[in-house]
Amino acid sequence: MSNKLSTLFDKVWDAHVVRKIEDGPDVFFIDRHFIHEVTSPVAFLGLQNRGVGVMFPKDTFATADHNTPTINQHLPVADPLSNIQLKALEQNAAKYGISHWGLGNPKNGIVHVVGPENGITQPGMTIVCGDSHTSTHGAFGAIAFGIGTSEVEMVLSSQCIMQPKPLKMRINVNGTLGKAVTPKDVTLYIISQLTTAGATGYFVEYAGDVFERMSMEGRMTVCNMSIEMGARGGMIAPDETTFAYINGRELAPKGAAWDKALAYWKTLKTDEGAVFDKEYSFDATDIEPMITYGTNPGMGMGISKSIPRGADLKGGTATYEKSLNYMGFHEQDQMIGKKVDFVFIGSCTNGRIEDFRAFASIIKGRKKAEHVTAWVVPGSHIVEQQIKEEGILDILTDAGFLLRQPGCSACLAMNDDKIPAGKYAVSTSNRNFEGRQGPGSRTLLASPLVAAAAAVTGFVTDPRDLM
Amino acid sequence: MAYDKFTVLKSTAVPLPIENVDTDQIIPARFLKATTREGFGDNLFRDWRYNADNSPKQDFILNNPIYSGKILVGGTNFGSGSSREHAAWAIYDYGFRCVVSSFFADIFRGNCINVGILPVQVSPTFLQKILSSIEADPNAQFEINLPDQTITNITTAEKELFDINGYKKNNLLNGFDDIDYLQAMKSDIAAFAEARDM
Repeated sequence: MSNKLSTLFDKVWDAHVVRKIEDGPDVFFIDRHFIHEVTSPVAFLGLQNRGVGVMFPKDTFATADHNTPTINQHLPVADPLSNIQLKALEQNAAKYGISHWGLGNPKNGIVHVVGPENGITQPGMTIVCGDSHTSTHGAFGAIAFGIGTSEVEMVLSSQCIMQPKPLKMRINVNGTLGKAVTPKDVTLYIISQLTTAGATGYFVEYAGDVFERMSMEGRMTVCNMSIEMGARGGMIAPDETTFAYINGRELAPKGAAWDKALAYWKTLKTDEGAVFDKEYSFDATDIEPMITYGTNPGMGMGISKSIPRGADLKGGTATYEKSLNYMGFHEQDQMIGKKVDFVFIGSCTNGRIEDFRAFASIIKGRKKAEHVTAWVVPGSHIVEQQIKEEGILDILTDAGFLLRQPGCSACLAMNDDKIPAGKYAVSTSNRNFEGRQGPGSRTLLASPLVAAAAAVTGFVTDPRDLM
Repeated sequence: MAYDKFTVLKSTAVPLPIENVDTDQIIPARFLKATTREGFGDNLFRDWRYNADNSPKQDFILNNPIYSGKILVGGTNFGSGSSREHAAWAIYDYGFRCVVSSFFADIFRGNCINVGILPVQVSPTFLQKILSSIEADPNAQFEINLPDQTITNITTAEKELFDINGYKKNNLLNGFDDIDYLQAMKSDIAAFAEARDM
C-alpha cells in the first residue's frame, strides 16, 4: 500500500496485531473482555478440559444481564436453568480471579451499559464480548465487536483472537436533525438505507456533524446498532465529549496516567484523505422519527409514511411477504394508528439516562394508556439511581408506570419478560426478528420518544404531535 | 473444541430458501440456558419446526422425511443477528456439516468454522441451481471438496470454487483449532502485552 494515510480504524487495529498469519487471520490482541452468563460457561468448560487458565483475569469483567429477572432481584432466581447459568458465572469468576458484578451488586447491569459508565471502555482499545452488541463501545473510538464462545475461550486463555482485518466503511451524516429525531432514528434510517447485510464484511466509522454533536449516550445507541446492518462494529472518533464522559469514572485513568492517555486519545482520528473501501453520505434533514414494520431492523421507515410495496424494494419478495404476514401488516398500510399492546424502554440500545429523560419528556403530565403493558427497564443500577435522583421516577409513577430493575429484559425473550404471541410491542431494543421478544411476538423498533408516544396513546403515534 | 476433520463431503441437501435467516430463528434465546454444548440440535429452528404445543409443524422442511443430508442450503444473508455460537452448535448437533448460501453474516461464518462446519458461499445463480436440483429430486447429491475448494452439483455436473483462507482450511482439514495455535505462541503474546503496558 503506497497510501500512508490511516483511518481511525487502521490506527487502532494495527496497534493490536501480535502476528500476521500468511493467507490467514491476524492474531489480534484484546485489551478488555466482557463476559456474561450465557456465552461464557462453555468457554470456561473448554479451559478446564484443556487444563489452561485465564491469562489476564484483571482485563476480564463479568456481569449478569441476559437471564436476570427485572423484579424482585433480592429473591432467588426462580427459573432453575437461569439460576445455574448465573451461578456458573459467579463460580467461574471466583475460580479465575475475574471481577464479577452479579445480581444485587450495585454495579450490576447490562454489559454494554456498565462497561462505559464505570470507565472500563476507553478510546483506542480493543474490546470484545460474546454478544453482538459489543459494537456499542465503538462510540468511544474503540474497536469493539461481538465474538462466539470459541473466541471467548481464546481471549480467556490467550488474550487474543484470530481475525482477518475487515474492510473499511465510512458513513457521514451531516445537517440538522429535525424535531423528535433521536440517535435511534439516525441508526434505523441508516440501516433502512443499507439493509441488514449492507455493511457485512466492513467495520464502520461514523462521521459528520450529526455525530460530533451527539452525546456519548447517543453515540452508543448508534454504534450499538452497527451489527444490524451486518457490520462487525462501528466507531466514532473520540473528542472532548468523549473525554469529558470518561474523566473521573471509577476505572478511568487518573493523574499522570490520565494526561498520558489523553495525549494518545487525541491522535485517534482518521487522517485527512485516508481512503475507505466504501463510503455513504446522508442528509440529516431526510430523517424523521423511525419505526420498523417487518422482521428485520432494515425494514424501517419514517413514522408518517406507509409500508412500502415489496416490488419496489431490492431483494426478494417471498421473504417480504412472509415478514408482513408474520407482523399482520399489509403493503401500503399506515403505521400511525396501529394498536400497541406492549411498550418496552430499555436494553443496551436505549437503556441509558438520556433515553429515560426523553421518555419522561413525553409522558410527563399524561397517563399510560390503559390497555398498554409497559416495561420500563434501566440498563444498570447506576442508571436506575439517576432516574430516581433526577425526578424521573416521580414522573413515571404519576403517569402509571412501574420502574423495573436492570437487565436485558424484553429485548430477547430469555428471562421472564416476554411479549405474548400475536401481541404488538413498540420496543427501544435492537431486533425485531420473528419471536425475538417471545414466540409469536411482533416487535416495532423505535426511539424512546416514539415508545413514550405509544405508551400514553396506546397506538403508534408521531411523537411530534405530543411535543 | 474437538470436531471431526473435514475433507470431502458427498451428501444430499436440505433446502431452506429463506433470506435473512437470523440466529434467533436458528436457535431462540430461551434455549441458550445450558452450561454445556450438547443437545442444541433438538431446538434447531425451534419455532419454525414446532408448534407452541411442541407438535411438529408439518410444512417445515426439517419435518419432511423426503429431505435429509449433511448439507443445509439457505437463502442469502444466512446467520444474521446475534453472536451466539449456539446457532452453529445446533446446526452441527443436528447433523449438518456444511451450510451453503450466497451470502453469510460475518460472526456466524466465523463461528461455523470454529466448530467444524464448513460455510460455502456460492454465487446466487449457483444457489438457484442447487435449489432447482433438490426440488426436481430430493435425492440429488452434492460434493463439497475442501482440499480443492469446490462444490459440485452432481445432477448437473456444474462446479463452483469457494473461498476460505489457507489457515482456516488447514484447521478444518486437520481438526485443529485456534486455541492450540494461540497456546503455542503465548510467550509472544506476553511480550506484546508487556510492551503495550509500558
